Amino acid sequence: MKNTAPTSPVVPAARSLHLERLSGWRKAKDSLANLVISAGGMGVLMAILLIFFYLFYEIMPLFKSAHIQPQSSYELSAVDSSDSLFLAMEEQAEVALMLNRAGQAQFFNAATGASVHQAQLPLTAAVTSWALNSEQQPLQALGMANGQVLLAQPKYRISYPDDQRVITPSIEYPFGEQPLVIADAPLTKVAVRDTEEQLLIVAVAKGKLTGRLFNKEEDFLSEELTLEEQPFTIPEVDIVPQWLLLGPDQRWLYVVSQDGAYRVINIRDEAVAASGRLLERGQLTQVRFLLGGISLLAADNRGEISQWFMVREDGKLPRLEKIRAFKASDSAIEQLVVEHRRKGFITINQQQQLDVFYTTSGRQLLSEPVIGAAISDIAVAPRANRVLSRDTNGQFSYWQLENEHPEVSWSVLWQKVWYESYQEPDYIWQSSASNNDFEPKYSFTPLAFGTLKAAFYAMLLATPLAIGGAIYTAYFMTPAVRRKVKPLIELMEALPTVILGFLAGLWLAPFFERNLPGVFAIFMLFPLGILLFGYLWSQLPSRIRLAVPDGWHAILLIPVVIAITWACIASSGLLELWFFHGDMRAWLTHDLGISFDQRNAMVVGVAMGFAVVPTIFSITEDAVFSVPKSLSYGSLALGATPWQTLVGVVIPTASPGIFSALMIGMGRAVGETMIVLMATGNTPIMDANIFEGMRTLAANIAVEIGETEVDSSHFRVLFLAAFVLFMFTFVVNTIAEIVRQRLRKKYGSL
Amino acid sequence: MFEQDKKISLRQWFKDGEAFIWLNAAAVSVSVVAVIGLLLLLAVRGFGHFWPADIMQADYQLPNSAAIRVIGEVVESEQVPVEQIRGAGFAIAGNQPFVKRSLIKQGNRDVTGLDFAWVLNDYLSNISYPETLMAVERYEWGNFYGYLTGLKQAGEPVAQADDKTLWQDFEQRIQRAAGLHEQIKQIEKSDIGKVNYQLERLRLQERGLELNRSLSASKRAQQKSDIALERAALDSHYQVLQAQLLALYEQVNRDSFTAETMGGEQVEIPLAHVVHAYQPNAMNVIDKSWAYALKFWEFLTDEPREANTEGGIFPAIFGTIMMVLLMSVMVTPFGVIAAVYLREYAKQGPLTRTVRIAVNNLAGVPSIVYGVFGLGFFIYFIGAELDQIFFQNALPAPTFGTPGLLWASLTLALLTLPVVIVSTEEGLSRIPKALREGSLALGATKAETLWRVVLPMASPAMMTGLILAVARAAGEVAPLMLVGVVKLAPSLPLDANYPYLHLDQKFMHLGFHIFDVGFQSPNVEAARPLVYATALLLVVIIALLNFSAVALRNHLREKYKSLEM
Repeated sequence: MKNTAPTSPVVPAARSLHLERLSGWRKAKDSLANLVISAGGMGVLMAILLIFFYLFYEIMPLFKSAHIQPQSSYELSAVDSSDSLFLAMEEQAEVALMLNRAGQAQFFNAATGASVHQAQLPLTAAVTSWALNSEQQPLQALGMANGQVLLAQPKYRISYPDDQRVITPSIEYPFGEQPLVIADAPLTKVAVRDTEEQLLIVAVAKGKLTGRLFNKEEDFLSEELTLEEQPFTIPEVDIVPQWLLLGPDQRWLYVVSQDGAYRVINIRDEAVAASGRLLERGQLTQVRFLLGGISLLAADNRGEISQWFMVREDGKLPRLEKIRAFKASDSAIEQLVVEHRRKGFITINQQQQLDVFYTTSGRQLLSEPVIGAAISDIAVAPRANRVLSRDTNGQFSYWQLENEHPEVSWSVLWQKVWYESYQEPDYIWQSSASNNDFEPKYSFTPLAFGTLKAAFYAMLLATPLAIGGAIYTAYFMTPAVRRKVKPLIELMEALPTVILGFLAGLWLAPFFERNLPGVFAIFMLFPLGILLFGYLWSQLPSRIRLAVPDGWHAILLIPVVIAITWACIASSGLLELWFFHGDMRAWLTHDLGISFDQRNAMVVGVAMGFAVVPTIFSITEDAVFSVPKSLSYGSLALGATPWQTLVGVVIPTASPGIFSALMIGMGRAVGETMIVLMATGNTPIMDANIFEGMRTLAANIAVEIGETEVDSSHFRVLFLAAFVLFMFTFVVNTIAEIVRQRLRKKYGSL
Repeated sequence: MFEQDKKISLRQWFKDGEAFIWLNAAAVSVSVVAVIGLLLLLAVRGFGHFWPADIMQADYQLPNSAAIRVIGEVVESEQVPVEQIRGAGFAIAGNQPFVKRSLIKQGNRDVTGLDFAWVLNDYLSNISYPETLMAVERYEWGNFYGYLTGLKQAGEPVAQADDKTLWQDFEQRIQRAAGLHEQIKQIEKSDIGKVNYQLERLRLQERGLELNRSLSASKRAQQKSDIALERAALDSHYQVLQAQLLALYEQVNRDSFTAETMGGEQVEIPLAHVVHAYQPNAMNVIDKSWAYALKFWEFLTDEPREANTEGGIFPAIFGTIMMVLLMSVMVTPFGVIAAVYLREYAKQGPLTRTVRIAVNNLAGVPSIVYGVFGLGFFIYFIGAELDQIFFQNALPAPTFGTPGLLWASLTLALLTLPVVIVSTEEGLSRIPKALREGSLALGATKAETLWRVVLPMASPAMMTGLILAVARAAGEVAPLMLVGVVKLAPSLPLDANYPYLHLDQKFMHLGFHIFDVGFQSPNVEAARPLVYATALLLVVIIALLNFSAVALRNHLREKYKSLEM
């Protein structure tokens, strides 16, 4: 201890060593802390960046194009494939089926070509024509030289012996192995359509259209089908039928000739409903239904594929309308296959170029030359993940196709799209439906419109309230009152929006509906009442006026506000009686033709307005309050009134702050979810009507994301919506923040 | 001073800008009135719900229809233009412009099908409040209103309407049933729940054995038999509990009461369905206050009944607190480290400034975006990976690859991170440089200065940030809907079964409870008072948190004022 006397000028060696060791330890600790904090800090900042990149990563696949990769190639030795009618794969893309003109059905392993099962169809004559019911229900109609039609359908049974998937294919004859007699001459063309109740077969024999319609009756016990013929006739057509297509509801029969002339026959009316041409010049090479049987795809020898469907407008005859066209090259389209679950299709042209398209989004997803001999047949798997092709040399190729999200494109999201069964192009958001061949409609436009509509009405209320209030609070109000008022209004910011939404939906909406005239009276009478009170106050003798200190206006007005509100609501019924025959809602709907929802934009505007008031108020108040006092004193000293000083000096100086307050308030209104979710009907309509609801981007995510399949297009589209919201608010807030920092710098110099 | 008394012309008044000052002042008044009005509305409706309201009895006769007896609580009354009533198909005589109508809660959903009805006050007559009218809260079918006419035990009448002790007897029997209910609940929730939990663990163990291919055959057989043994023991225990339950059920179903409804029908209701019974018209203010306190307590501590429209909200309170606690544990260290890094360690330059703006702006990103991120990244990305690695036994049922408490807390931690960072940074920036320099001059390292000087002084700021974060998290609903909140959780995330804290479980939340009960419940009218009460509770919690944050901040400012020059 004596060595460490404070007066000792020399530090003894032992202690110095100890200190050194200690300082080493301390240094280590210091650098450890340095490391941990830097790593932690960077990590947190990275985590924040991660949000951006993760959202981006989730939505990237939406805009990727397709990829195709050859997997294997082989020849089928067991059966002659040169004259095939039908090539297809089952669900798993494991087993393929090739049906040839001799009636041989060959099931084989799609990847290796190994035979799985073989069947001979019970033909009664040579096959002269062939048709498919639909890709999802691949019932085949084989038209024969004796005027008979055989109906056959491949079936795949899946079993799991020893936990291994085994697919057992077979050919079934749902209407018996006995062919149906359609005509007494060779059937050169045939079409078939099978529904729950009816079976319809249309064929061309001796150049004339003929057909038979059967009612299906099922025996409950034996499940055996009996067919009962329904009489019907098909009108004559004046073109040479090359393609016969029967719509899924057995209503439209499309007859198309090689040179592009078409006749649409209404089966129910037994009359030609529409006629015209699918193309002016050139020859058609393929005509097929798109998934769902509503749209026709017509491919021609100049490389164009056009989409057509029947458009029914009110009061007009239905017509076949060209919706959109796709063109990859000038070379003739040789092969055209459609996807089984989506509205996409694949073509192969004369130059052996394989193109993948999607109708709704108008996208060309892939264009790739195929090496080898000309392709004579092509099939796409139901999941659209495999493609099987056969070239003219009898060589089969098995491809892997990667085409996850063809449904989304810029035009789908933001432009008008002509959807199937719609009268005209439109902005529609409808992400799901009950049927499988549904065309998803992913237009962000109605959602963005709804978002902006809600934000607009909210800002309409919030801007005057928040900015006026903030200016008064910061500039005119006595400090004593200000200290009470400011936290009170800022408390609203902390109020959970779910509570505002609940009050808006369950209390405010019915209240507005009941007292509509009163509510409008409030909006109109408010400024008038306030001004009147203010003027009367100025006319009062100074004795009374001076008894109330300056900057107490707001307190004086509180009873006035309550009185006006109460008077308006109380007289609402009378107003309704005097002006609107006792029912303003009915008056709006019947006399003005304005539809009225209980949960409408007005309710959202008021509720969300109150949610953004504190945000705008707080920032504006800070901006106005931090304008240096010297500026306003100078102005006042020069003889300006307080108001003139405010308008001429204070507000211009604080305007960037006010601007940024509005931007941040706007950002909050755009991203708000719960209020909109609860206070509107969440219908994605595009209507600026204040009495109707809307669906916003944020509410849409909340409503739908729970029901989507993970990583589906819909899921990613919702992520895209989140990304749009993220970017929008981020950009808006950044601008606001930069403006605010500039302002701060400017004040610093004053 | 002469000028003051001169009358100003309207034109001059406008020119001076007085008019606009008044308008601006009005904006403040409107905002203040709106805030206070909103809080009052919540308070009145929320607190009012628990007061035992009087039950009215009246005769109701509409023109051209027979008179009926109406019994129920008057919920609200309003004036309606007579046109609207006529438009709805009521033939109303007279030419008065308005009619008054009242909403009556008549209960008895099992008898009448509707538990709320509007009546026109003009056609009510003989309004009375008989003391013997009773309200019965039930586990099923909502409230019952009517006259008690008798008690039955095992189907045999034991008391009649004219017995003096009928009501006392009734109350005693309700007490007995309530006691039995308590026992049943104990067995069902706690004991059987435990057995089920252990059975599930055994199932997972067994599945793990199947998946584990490296195990030798003898060992596998050994473990399998162990499991079978344990299972047999659990099964037999379960049988015992089941038998106990059966006996209890038999006991609780012993008694029933008969009562007369407003339509005059006699109904028999088992006492097992009764929660409370009271005669509000016979109660004085003290009785009612006591009943009020009891009901309020029940609201705070009980579980919800009848699709959340009745009973308490305890699981929601518990879930909210659990989630907020977990979130605090996660957000505090990271937020503080990030703030310390930004303020003390990072080089102050354009990059740091950019980062600061970005962090600030994250506070303005819509909360639903965080929810989407949490769902995609935490649940489907990280959660699914975790399941693959650690919870293969349970697959294909996901453990962490599905919304749950952990992910909800993590998502909200991310959401509130900017709040903590900004607040802590502010606190750090307020600490005078001289203090740091003093510490460093005395030979302390940077880490020591930070730990001993800077952080303690910044701790109130951190607390403020944390409180604000908690307040925000407690009120946030939109992201939670995606990452783990459910309308009805079967069990609490914290219980007596190992590992006690179940991070993978879904939970209930006050904010979501409001949304769910208010908007997705089948009987919104009946649920409404409860929603108001829940909303009020949430507002009170959040307002308290906020005020404490403000107070803390002010305190902090006062404390360091002297240090600032």
